[in-house]
Amino acid sequence: MSTKLIYALTFTIFLVTIPIIGVGILKLEFLFSIVVPYLALAIFFLGSIHRVVLWSTSPQPFNITLSAGQNKSFRWIRTSYVESPHSKFGVILRMITEVLLFRSLLRNEMVKTHESRWLVFTPKKGLWFLAMIFHYSLLVIVLKHLRFFFEPTPFFLDLILRIDKFFELSLPSLSLTEVLVLVGTVGLLLRRILSKEIKYISLFGDYFILLLILTLVLTGILLKHSFRVDLLDVKRFCIGLFTFNPHVPSKVGLTFYVHLFFVSVLLVYFPYSKLVHAKGVFFSPTRNLPNNSRQKRYINPWNYPVKVKSYEEWEEEYRDMLKEANIPLDKEEKGP
Amino acid sequence: MDKKVEFKKGTYCFGAPVKHQKYLDLPFAREWQPHNEDWGLPHNWKEIIIQGMKTLLNRYRSFKLFMDVCVRCGACADKCHFFIGTGDPKNMPVLRAELLRSVYRRYFTLQGRIFGRLVGARDLTEEILKEWFYYFYQCTECRRCSLYCPYGIDTCEITMMGRELLNLLGCNIQWIIEPASNSYRTGNHLGVPPLAFKETMEFAVDEIKELTGIKIDVPINKKGAEVLFVAPSADYFASPHWYTLLGYLMLFHEVGLDYTWSAFASEGGNFGLFHSYELMKKLNAKIYEEAKRLRVKWILGGECGHMWRVIHQYMDTINGPADFLEEPVSPITGTRFENAKSTKVVHIAEFTADLIFHNKLKLDKSRNDKWVVTFHDSCNTARSMGLFEEPRFILRNVCNRFYEMPENTIREKTFCCGSGAGLGADENLEARLKGGFPRAYAVKYVKEKYGVNMVACMCAIDKASLPTLFEYWVGGVDVCGIHELVGNALVMTGEMERTKDLRGEPLSSGKNNEDLRQ
Repeated sequence: MSTKLIYALTFTIFLVTIPIIGVGILKLEFLFSIVVPYLALAIFFLGSIHRVVLWSTSPQPFNITLSAGQNKSFRWIRTSYVESPHSKFGVILRMITEVLLFRSLLRNEMVKTHESRWLVFTPKKGLWFLAMIFHYSLLVIVLKHLRFFFEPTPFFLDLILRIDKFFELSLPSLSLTEVLVLVGTVGLLLRRILSKEIKYISLFGDYFILLLILTLVLTGILLKHSFRVDLLDVKRFCIGLFTFNPHVPSKVGLTFYVHLFFVSVLLVYFPYSKLVHAKGVFFSPTRNLPNNSRQKRYINPWNYPVKVKSYEEWEEEYRDMLKEANIPLDKEEKGP
Repeated sequence: MDKKVEFKKGTYCFGAPVKHQKYLDLPFAREWQPHNEDWGLPHNWKEIIIQGMKTLLNRYRSFKLFMDVCVRCGACADKCHFFIGTGDPKNMPVLRAELLRSVYRRYFTLQGRIFGRLVGARDLTEEILKEWFYYFYQCTECRRCSLYCPYGIDTCEITMMGRELLNLLGCNIQWIIEPASNSYRTGNHLGVPPLAFKETMEFAVDEIKELTGIKIDVPINKKGAEVLFVAPSADYFASPHWYTLLGYLMLFHEVGLDYTWSAFASEGGNFGLFHSYELMKKLNAKIYEEAKRLRVKWILGGECGHMWRVIHQYMDTINGPADFLEEPVSPITGTRFENAKSTKVVHIAEFTADLIFHNKLKLDKSRNDKWVVTFHDSCNTARSMGLFEEPRFILRNVCNRFYEMPENTIREKTFCCGSGAGLGADENLEARLKGGFPRAYAVKYVKEKYGVNMVACMCAIDKASLPTLFEYWVGGVDVCGIHELVGNALVMTGEMERTKDLRGEPLSSGKNNEDLRQ
């Protein structure tokens, strides 16, 4: 096992013990249900804004879009409007395919040198599949949580909840998203542990974020199924938090505090880790610029002048040779 | 990650000669070789690098973003031809970037400053600098990995930043700096002075006369011509580029294009692109300057890869606006090249494809019948331009037997020749051959399947490096430019019966043509 994974595992366990000791032994309910979440939210919002400001303050000096299809040229050549967009509309379509469908990841293929020394390409959609179910089930789960913040529950939430419940498995009673998010998280984690190459490139943070989400999911499932908590109390707590009318929940148990603490850790961790990819993908200059740099001038704000050799200097240097070669000169006689 | 980099002979490029560093005013010009134990760095080198990184981070959003957003998913790992060829883990694009990213984390992020190695941050050491040099000069900036990255992280940008930083300490390679300095001095990479330039054009005129019986005219520095033609200098000095040059000249004569060469802007390629923003801008400025001085209407660009990266994505930004030129219109067909209306530079494949589409050329495909042709997309015209159909349209019209390589290796997924971005030197041949392995094997595949014996391409570096590559891995496959095949097939008005192709070899008899047509 990789030492980085061991560190990440140890750190995750350490984080689990904090609310257990804090609430279970020291009885710091107020700290863990009010102070820590508020602090985490503040760090999340300020940190996220800060990150976007950091990116925005650097200009993108050149149009370095990546063309993954035919550029617009003649009428009789079919243009690839999405893969090599030349208009804003095309760029939006391209970004939609990237953000919602993970287009680039879908291209993935594995290449291996075969014994016969041929290169063999095999489509490799596993990562795309894991990423899709991981991200989409997380999205649905976040949406499902909104029911704790609204009274009455909005109709679209009700719909999601009904659909999700429809697919509920009988044993153990897990909803569809719960199964999918577990498959996604564990799958992504196993990939990092089992694949030699991925293990080599993995850092502490790559394991940690997956373990963090896994803990969140497991405590969430526990909360829902095993240790039934008073949902009305949770709802009061959540609404209190967002109406700045804090309420310390009393009928929830330790698992709830572990879950809440991990949500706070995730919020704090978000703007200072690789999780910023969620915002970064919108800024990516190889994807969000149109392939029209010969059609429309792209401006670089720091386009400073450099010293160049002018034609006059060049002509002066090669005057005799140019004369001999009978190449027309600008100035017939030698300059002063 | 901590394995010390070893400068094994055959895998790295030599340092730049002092003479050329000085001619270009590069910092800390000194005699230096990468394999030296002591790199003779200035005492404050760390500050220079950190300061340099800071400047670049402030200038390039791409750099800042690509440092932050990688999730190490590994999708890029086996997309790099150098990784496939060498198996060296640091040639995985994700780790190539991590070489810089680890230092970025240490000096520019909070978590890196606090947690250090635990979060993958590394102190800047001389060892890391050597590693940068080794791996940033073992990346051909082909952008294939970026295609597969879910966030579009472009290793080309990372490599460019790495090389800019190394330049701050005077660590440059000969194969980039010498051509760049030549280009600054004479106007072209090969250092061909105007007299020799004129003489080679005269050779070309003589050769064409011998082949076709037609005496053509090659205008140089002709004021008031309609079009300025700019090509990579290899086209008029190297083989097999030379035959492409003959093809251009014959084509221009046949359609009666009012054009001119420039002996000053006698280079389209730009080795500055492989080095720094400043050098790129410095070398490219002469093209617009000459277009203005010669009072042409627009510019036509020859077959070249990196030249087109610069023209398509940088030129208008760095050297523009080209408001002294007119929107390009083909004088023969009247087609407006709307996709080039700001830069005013048209790619020769676009120009020729348009001619063929409008039936302006008489072509005899059978003259290329001894070739079974495939097409290699050059990285830059593919992934940085999206120029896929025009060259294929031309090829289908100038030869009978044209077959594509497997789809995982063409168009936007094309594999680099292994020698791009200034790595076409002799001393790193082992690395080049390993890097070119995937391309070579795709060619081998079509050779065995369809009997392909000619790889057409439109990049001067390809033409220079692919013959060696194929000789090593494949055998029996030649390399040519698109316009060599155009020149072969072009039936010129008033030509004598052609018995030889542009290479001076006998034309094939052309029998069984009908069977071969696909």
